[in-house]
Amino acid sequence: MPKEPDRVVELILPMLPDMEIAATRTAEAVAEMMQLDADKTAEVSMALIEACLNSFEHSQSVDRKVFITFRVAGDELQIILKDHGVGFDPTQVEAPVIEKKLHSGARKRGWGLRLMESMMDSVKFESGPDGTTITMIKKK
Amino acid sequence: MSESFEIEVKQHQALWIFTTHGYINNQGGDVIKEKYDESYNGGARKFLLNLADSKIINSIGVSILIEILEKTIEAAGELAFCNCAPIVEKTFTIMGITRYAKIYRTEEDAVKAMS
Repeated sequence: MPKEPDRVVELILPMLPDMEIAATRTAEAVAEMMQLDADKTAEVSMALIEACLNSFEHSQSVDRKVFITFRVAGDELQIILKDHGVGFDPTQVEAPVIEKKLHSGARKRGWGLRLMESMMDSVKFESGPDGTTITMIKKK
Repeated sequence: MSESFEIEVKQHQALWIFTTHGYINNQGGDVIKEKYDESYNGGARKFLLNLADSKIINSIGVSILIEILEKTIEAAGELAFCNCAPIVEKTFTIMGITRYAKIYRTEEDAVKAMS
């Protein structure tokens, strides 16, 4: 039996307020196409929101765009999110700890990478001076 | 595509109940904080957030909830959530918020336990 071809959806988002919600709507449509269950679909949306916000807030991208590819291959959803920003070193991002965050004056933010990694089966960051690519995988 | 956000505030004895409607992002979080501060400055120390109609959140909005949780803990008060969507509860668990704020299944359960 021939292997079913990958199904691919591509999306280009401007870095504008709440545009991450447009990404989740596409993710939901793709998730429905591959019959991903509701909990996993919500996890994909949450990870995608955080990946978009990471680019929107930190990339300093001149073109102010995020390029997202959704690829369904068998029982696996792969999401590749790219920006053309300045890049970052994920190993230099301090792991958030709630006890530290609850101390007076401490910065409360910094949860994005933790949430992405917790919601998906795998998350890979590739980053350099030409931008950042986040590859996330969710298994059915 | 700005998502609208609304909040209703009501009081049950010493418990202040905030019912949110919409995406809890930075704007949604700021609205919650504004209403929280108003009631806190009026002496309130027990708070319940009913999130039944807020099924989408992000880490910026939740960081504002951590601010109000911190302020509540420092005042020896209590903050809890109810009617959380599974993804919201999972997010709070991952972030460790559930170690400091209870999550009740329904508003009725929360009111009964917190009153």
